Amino acid sequence: MLRAIRHKNILPAFSAFRAFSSSAKEMTVREALNSALDEEMSADPKVFLMGEEVGEYQGAYKITKGLLDKYGPERVLDTPITEAGFTGIGVGAAYYGLRPVVEFMTFNFSMQAIDHIINSAAKSNYMSAGQISVPIVFRGPNGAAAGVGAQHSQCYAAWYASCPGLKVLSPYSSEDARGLLKAAIRDPDPVVFLENELLYGESFPVSAEVLDSSFCLPIGKAKIEREGKDVTITAFSKMVGYALKAAEILAKEGISAEVINLRSIRPLDRSTINASVRKTNRLVTVEEGFPQHGVGAEICTSVIEESFGYLDAPVERIAGADVPMPYAANLERMAVPQVEDIVRAAKRACYRSVPLAATA
Amino acid sequence: MIFDYIEIFILTFCEQLITKEEGLVLYEDMILGRFFEDMCAQMYYRGKMFGFVHLYNGQEAVSTGFIKFLKKEDYVVSTYRDHVHALSKGVPAREVMSELFGKATGCCRGQGGSMHMFSKQHNLLGGFAFIGEGIPVATGAAFSSKYRREVLKEPGADEVTLAFFGDGTCNNGQFYECLNMAALWKLPIVFVVENNLWAIGMSHLRATSDPQIWKKGPAFGMPGIHVDGMDVLKVREVAKEAIERARRGEGPTLVECETYRFRGHSLADPDELRDPESVSSLAAEKAHYAGRDPITALKKYLFDNKLASEQELKAIDKKIEELLDEAVEFADESPLPPRSQLLENVFADPKGFGIGPDGKYRCEDPKFTQGTAHV
Repeated sequence: MLRAIRHKNILPAFSAFRAFSSSAKEMTVREALNSALDEEMSADPKVFLMGEEVGEYQGAYKITKGLLDKYGPERVLDTPITEAGFTGIGVGAAYYGLRPVVEFMTFNFSMQAIDHIINSAAKSNYMSAGQISVPIVFRGPNGAAAGVGAQHSQCYAAWYASCPGLKVLSPYSSEDARGLLKAAIRDPDPVVFLENELLYGESFPVSAEVLDSSFCLPIGKAKIEREGKDVTITAFSKMVGYALKAAEILAKEGISAEVINLRSIRPLDRSTINASVRKTNRLVTVEEGFPQHGVGAEICTSVIEESFGYLDAPVERIAGADVPMPYAANLERMAVPQVEDIVRAAKRACYRSVPLAATA
Repeated sequence: MIFDYIEIFILTFCEQLITKEEGLVLYEDMILGRFFEDMCAQMYYRGKMFGFVHLYNGQEAVSTGFIKFLKKEDYVVSTYRDHVHALSKGVPAREVMSELFGKATGCCRGQGGSMHMFSKQHNLLGGFAFIGEGIPVATGAAFSSKYRREVLKEPGADEVTLAFFGDGTCNNGQFYECLNMAALWKLPIVFVVENNLWAIGMSHLRATSDPQIWKKGPAFGMPGIHVDGMDVLKVREVAKEAIERARRGEGPTLVECETYRFRGHSLADPDELRDPESVSSLAAEKAHYAGRDPITALKKYLFDNKLASEQELKAIDKKIEELLDEAVEFADESPLPPRSQLLENVFADPKGFGIGPDGKYRCEDPKFTQGTAHV
């Protein structure tokens, strides 16, 4: 098992503070994804990439930089703007044992292809009673970027995670990005891999183990980013960074928050979440997407079903505002959860019931 | 290439297009398709089959004409009207019948049903309910055979894919996206349009700005061919050329087969919009196509060219009837899927069901499939 790496400070790439010994290297999420794709493509000739601008443009967000030169146009395919068509082509190729990695420029565009993701990828293994499996990965940025408006900012975690037959992963750090993408490519089932555009440039320390080409993270296990004993905060993708900052602020006020990085939205690591809630007795779920029928709703229900007696306060659910994403910068800030919202929610969870002893 | 941009009429007057053996194979396959579909109708009205069942009566020439040219390794992708494609590709009738009855011995163990016939062994990739959904999947299968030949350098990877779909699908976006990409990347695929003039109750002429579907091929840089889909020999000639073209690596072909379905869209469809009593022009249409029944036409050809006798064909009829009776008996006696089958095969790697409260993977619990689907 990996040591729990504590992020004391999440700093952008241009000011690289080293909080660890000199053996830890720093790597951006973009480099992590690029190196994961590179290594998996060189290890298995059946892996190929498909998507808009993945080849000559070096990737719309430069994730696939250099791969066209290295592997050639037969393995890094620039497609026309035909999401439904090329996603279906990926599924058909996966039926015969090839391992496509289909890139959506953003997951908003995957709505044009959602018929293939759900009906021909997710359901095929079941409908054919195990004869035909679909080892495909759908990846791309998900959720809000900065000022891109309503049609480019939706989070699809809840939609895809409600569908049986899919595995849905959402990395936060470079270690998550590398390990989960490698696991997704090696997995024999369809995987929806939700990245975040704003995290691509952020850099995180990575250990030598992470840099090894056989490094892989298990699908379905969450990670406890920061241990605590007063309130559990669950988050995924960019919100993990916010939750960690909120935990710092809460620590100064005497509330010790446990931050769980979900990593895997489907299957959800209910046992880790429940074990944590049984320890802290309070829960705050954080996500960027729309609140109704979201990931937080599922976590709340799971905790109520399995650990109701352990809850000392109602579950707090922080999600994006229940509106299409506005364009104006100040409105956009209000529509996405911020660190202050998480801090307020955690305090509400902690003070709603009178504690038996003062919180340490 | 004589196909490009021209309609083709193949005259079959006095030429021997097929040998006796080939003729009997074609006859048997079409009779199997026809009798099987008639048996499905009977079973449906007796309550043994349920849900959506779409029958192929009248279109057998297209399925037999094309699929009997394929190797076992070639791929076929179909729509919800897929029973006869499955049978022509080699899936045993008893397995298809059990699948329709929803029994555990079906080709998909009862989990697919009428609209989702899959067989890895016979390279039948379904069975898709959404029209147009099978076309990109077929294009992907063709892509995989090209990839295996050129990138993985597997010798002999020259499998051809056939995508079957109808006239309604030809107005769908995915169709055009795939015509473009198949021609762009020169994929070994044949797009077979079974134009039976009706999409449930929507006439092709009411739905399409230019009803001549074969013309859409050249717009994307591939040959477009129109053929009489009620004549299995004409279909065969066109199929041979298109499949060999794909196998040589010259790229895709679009073949429009003009055909007709004798029954309604599905067994639940009262077929009112095609009712000759309400629309008189339809009486003529139905009579016209009934007179061109592909099986009767093939029979006539075999007799006229002295390739088979009445007794030989009757013997084949009897053999198929017995095969189907046996298939129905087999399906009747087969068990329903066990409870534990509900959770099986959702994932190829079942760790996708996640971790249980004891911290171990749920699928490792031996009682996992005995419970309910709640995970």
